[in-house]
Amino acid sequence: MVLVLAETTKGKFKKAAFEAVSYGYQTAQLLGTECAALVLGTASGAEELGKYGAAKVYHVQDASLDNLDSQVYTAIISELVGKLEGTVVILSHSSTGKSLLGRLAVRLNAGSVAGVNSLPSVEAGVFKVRKPVFSGKAISEFELRSPNKVLSLMGNSYQPKIVGAPATVENPNVSVPARRIKVKEVKRVEGITPLPEAELVVSAGRGMKGPENWGIVEELAQVMGATTACSRPVADADWRPHHEHVGQTGIAIRPNLYIAIGISGAIQHLAGVNNSKTIVVINKDPEAPFFKAADYGVVGDLFEVVPKLTAAYKKFKAEQGG
Amino acid sequence: MKLLVCVSKTPETTAKIAFTNNNSEFDTAGVQFIMNPYDEWYALVRAIELQEANGGTVTLINVGTADNDTIIRKGLAIGADDAVRVDAKPGSALFVAKQIAEYAKGKDFDIIFAGKETIDYNGAEVGAMIAEFLDLPFISFASHLELSGNVATVSRDIEGGTEVLEVATPFVLSASKDLAEQRIPNMRGIMMAKKKPLNVIPPVAFEDLAVINSYELPPAKTAVKLVNPEDMDELIRLLHEEAKVI
Ligand SMILES: Cc1cc2nc3c(=O)[nH]c(=O)nc-3n(C[C@H](O)[C@H](O)[C@H](O)COP(=O)(O)OP(=O)(O)OC[C@H]3O[C@@H](n4cnc5c(N)ncnc54)[C@H](O)[C@@H]3O)c2cc1C
Repeated sequence: MVLVLAETTKGKFKKAAFEAVSYGYQTAQLLGTECAALVLGTASGAEELGKYGAAKVYHVQDASLDNLDSQVYTAIISELVGKLEGTVVILSHSSTGKSLLGRLAVRLNAGSVAGVNSLPSVEAGVFKVRKPVFSGKAISEFELRSPNKVLSLMGNSYQPKIVGAPATVENPNVSVPARRIKVKEVKRVEGITPLPEAELVVSAGRGMKGPENWGIVEELAQVMGATTACSRPVADADWRPHHEHVGQTGIAIRPNLYIAIGISGAIQHLAGVNNSKTIVVINKDPEAPFFKAADYGVVGDLFEVVPKLTAAYKKFKAEQGG
Repeated sequence: MKLLVCVSKTPETTAKIAFTNNNSEFDTAGVQFIMNPYDEWYALVRAIELQEANGGTVTLINVGTADNDTIIRKGLAIGADDAVRVDAKPGSALFVAKQIAEYAKGKDFDIIFAGKETIDYNGAEVGAMIAEFLDLPFISFASHLELSGNVATVSRDIEGGTEVLEVATPFVLSASKDLAEQRIPNMRGIMMAKKKPLNVIPPVAFEDLAVINSYELPPAKTAVKLVNPEDMDELIRLLHEEAKVI
């Protein structure tokens, strides 16, 4: 069996949940088995996961599961996997999935791979799967030698596909142990797609000169529906909040579009963004290293270029009728 | 209080990434190694701060061969009291976690610290694995930790926000940015580190379940397409029609 943990935020499925179920469905096809999805905590529309290939959806509707406790989640997942040898558990490579992966590997006596970005291959019973390593500077191929396996899927690396109809949702008979970690508060920035899930990212660096100049970056992001990010020195100087810091020591992201404004492209910065599908660099220095990693480059003063780009995007949107 | 900090050795951030032995091994020729930044800057320093405030000991643990002693001494110079090296090549996350859990078992550590991930294998798995081996609660991506008696209040980074959590010791935590401020070892620390105990212990037997067969480098980027800074309509057109990302 392939068992996919479908994650929610405030009761709604994340895009990563559909990606993981689609990935799980394809993996199940490869293995000649079935894909089931598991939903923990309050959620609506669980049957929809069937469309992405879940033959069955297990929903443990207990409000104590709305926030992660890795011990509780692990107990439930391992009870479902049960004594069945040979289950592949698929998680999202998110703050939840990353915290569970290692625990499940130990509990299920399973080989694990964190952050896979393509489908596994199964030849003559040998299960192989690839993932980026060295902060995106290389790719490694893992072989998993245990009957049970656990994978976490990198966000935005597998396109969800509709393959079927809504599935029946079952309330499995599992015990929910008491939490040892108490949630006192959950603080979320509302209305903005969190960076790790964003498809469009507008990021800026020290070339902005000071926090007071960020208006043009925010405006571009706002008209595009993009999420803002920044380089490390900018976060260190408190020009921008720390959660915007991307790179080797910040968050690693892989949006469809990454627009880098006034960022030199130091190797540690690139490490967090070089898996983006398309990179646009705006920098006045034609020698800036970022241009070597870019798909499109604009050599110019950001204070002139960015407002023009915003205007051009608005025009484009108007022409598209949106 | 007894604190244990797991540290890993990683290539320096600007190291050239290349492979040898038919692309089955990382080529360490000419590569400088450092302590994994999350372990050094955040996990270790926060543990030392807690020890300074509450008394007790900070033990640093590494799974690796004798060439790791330089980074272990650096950790002692920053302020750990003693160190343990499990003398083995760190084959996989599960192997490393198993060795650390075996060492920690029965020693009553109040908090076991790890970095949120290593910058080479980017797995973020070791902390969770140790927690499971020892049946302890695990809080990942901790950006803030306060202790009052045996109850810790921890902020945990989640997508687009933070969770504020409460947990009683003992537990395992993985450190992300903001948990502490990086400390540079001073001369006195470096001198003292030479005399602090570094115990080398043998590994326990263990069979790996996940092995790396080979590595490859990502395909080279095609040359950048430069767009006239006066013509942002052209950039939008390219992003829409060619890259198809908007
Ligand atoms: C161990 C380690 C880990 C690190 N981790 C990270 C990390 O995770 N993330 C990260 O970002 N950095 C990281 N760094 C820091 C990294 O090495 C660089 O110092 C940093 O990325 C530089 O930030 P920047 O590009 O914003 O600034 P700078 O390097 O100062 O670049 C500013 C750029 O703006 C351009 N510019 C200036 N004015 C204008 C203008 N008017 N119009 C257009 N362009 C303009 C300049 O030409 C320049 O290229 C790390 C460093 C180390 C040692």
